[in-house]
Amino acid sequence: MPIITYRQALNDTLGEELARDPNVLLMGEEIGVFQGSYRITEGLLQEFGPKRVVDTPIAEEGFVGVAIGAAMLGLRPVVEIMTINFILVAIDQVVNHASKIHYMFGGQVRVPLVIRTPSGGTGQLAATHSQSFENWFAYCPGLKVVAPATPYDAKGLLRAAVRDDDPVIFIESLALYDTKGDVPDDDDYVVPIGVAEVKRRGEDVTVVAYSRMTAVALQVAQRLENEGISVEVVDLRSLRPLDRPTIIESVKKTGRAVVIAEDWYSYGVTAEIAATIQEQAFDYLDAPVLRVAGLEVPLPYAKELSAVSKPNANSLIYAIHQVLAGSSRGALWAK
Amino acid sequence: MVKVKEAAPSGLEHENVEDLKHYYYQMLLIRRFEERTSEMYVKAKIGGYCHLNLGEEATIVGLMAALKPEDYIFTNYREHGYIIARGVPPGPVMAELFGKETGVARGRGGSMHLFSREHNFMGGYAIVGGQVPLAVGAAYALRYQGKPGVVVAQMGDGTTNIGAFYESLNLAKLWRCPVLFFIVNNGYGMGTSVEMGSSEPDLWKKGASFRIHGERIDGTDVLAVRDAVRRLRERAESEGEPAILDVVSFRFRGHSVIDADRYRDPEAVRAGREHHDPVRNFAALLHDHEIVDDAWLKVTAERVEREVQEAIDFANASPDPRFEDLYENMYATPVPNTPGREDALQAVRINRGEW
Repeated sequence: MPIITYRQALNDTLGEELARDPNVLLMGEEIGVFQGSYRITEGLLQEFGPKRVVDTPIAEEGFVGVAIGAAMLGLRPVVEIMTINFILVAIDQVVNHASKIHYMFGGQVRVPLVIRTPSGGTGQLAATHSQSFENWFAYCPGLKVVAPATPYDAKGLLRAAVRDDDPVIFIESLALYDTKGDVPDDDDYVVPIGVAEVKRRGEDVTVVAYSRMTAVALQVAQRLENEGISVEVVDLRSLRPLDRPTIIESVKKTGRAVVIAEDWYSYGVTAEIAATIQEQAFDYLDAPVLRVAGLEVPLPYAKELSAVSKPNANSLIYAIHQVLAGSSRGALWAK
Repeated sequence: MVKVKEAAPSGLEHENVEDLKHYYYQMLLIRRFEERTSEMYVKAKIGGYCHLNLGEEATIVGLMAALKPEDYIFTNYREHGYIIARGVPPGPVMAELFGKETGVARGRGGSMHLFSREHNFMGGYAIVGGQVPLAVGAAYALRYQGKPGVVVAQMGDGTTNIGAFYESLNLAKLWRCPVLFFIVNNGYGMGTSVEMGSSEPDLWKKGASFRIHGERIDGTDVLAVRDAVRRLRERAESEGEPAILDVVSFRFRGHSVIDADRYRDPEAVRAGREHHDPVRNFAALLHDHEIVDDAWLKVTAERVEREVQEAIDFANASPDPRFEDLYENMYATPVPNTPGREDALQAVRINRGEW
């Protein structure tokens, strides 16, 4: 099986979907002439032309709304928002419109729309360019939110998203774009939306993660194996719908759980997962569920300060040791 | 009694008499539908917010008279009259206001979220400005697919102060979308007058920096509205030229049913109703031109009265949406790990105290 980057998986999939369905079009800032801020759309304008690969002005509310309206008439727009931070100026269109149109109008019209955007913070991008807002969208019934961690899942979920008849928020990560993995090149597989995957089998503790934190969790699991700790990694892949049965099944087996996500600790994704585990697997728990998440500051610019404000392998290993010891002292992020 | 003429007389000589009579019928239907809606609201048959089209009948009927079946309409939340004038029977509209399964949005939308895919009536939208980019997107799709037709983005005067409006103007012109920005300028966004809210109170000029043509139109004159829309619609469709229509009308009552309208001068409101009543003025015009007589007006009034009563009866007799269907249409296709009928019934039983 060929080994390609996460970026290449996305680029290949967009090209294949453009070729497959004439109603698919890409819209976004700098995706055409500039070749994409992060080169996800590189070469696609040359291959498919300006009707299918549409450079937009800097007007997120406007062009996201245009994409929703076009989807209501049967187009299948795939919108790139340069980073998730910029989606805030379009949030009315996503939350008040895209998520509600199908249900609120009695099922008469569909909104087959994908919004792709990288979330999270790396590379000293500072407070306004390093945020994680996928939980805001996962909160909204009517949206689907996916966040693949591997090139294989990136391809399979992007295919599923483009072919889906509902609005899908497709979460990427700058730090994952250059990561590599196996992706079959002769197979039209899709990864179903709303289904998690156990990425690594283990016995002692379950780590629940998604996107870049899944990559961190897999590295940590590998390291801890040498210490004799067997870690099971559940990769959510979808935040809405949330595959609660897969999480619960894993926790019932291991009896211990750590949840890790890049967003801020309070009211974040980790809170939802931890609450689900205590509701549905309370009798199986041998220790409190611990959460590892972002420290609650506008992410500072300074290199070291920035690095220590985000969860990483160190914080996850610490939390795993705490939960194995049956301690709740891991809950350092709560104050 | 005045004799009814076969052809329209001087001043209306190019008009089809049956069309004129139909405009009057539609305007009166909207008038009585809204008056009875207000009554049903007071009787608590209708909940939530409820905004009436009283005084705006000519604006609505003139617009719809100019549109073609292939055109699309996106409106704001003051839209009962629009969906009726587009051809949806009053019964399912009233049923929606009553929250019934037979309503145009199956009771899920309510007064502010009417919809009919069959009539290309693409929704009432209740977040000011939200419908404007959507309408541009629909026009974008028509152009992309090479289909005929135009899209109307209806909005109130207050909407011309929000960012989505300006982004929409820019994109519509930039991408040559066949869209008409149809501003119902009744002088007030809730209680804020146009002069208080807009540094440029001549709303038709607001497209200037986007190179979009604009016109001011008398919204109490059904024929003036129709003719302007026809002309600008043709241009939008054939040349991809969007346009702004600043349609000046008079709001008979407060912003919504529950608004006591304390911010307007009562004398001005009384005078407005006296002089700018589009329904009465059009009746007088048709009568003066001997197109209709007293008997026709009486029969038409009785017909409208009956049809609105039938709509109310239909709504009253219609079933409520079923609890088990609560999650239906959450998503367009089946999705794993989402709640279904059994989950709905279980949650509803608990929330109703039936455990």
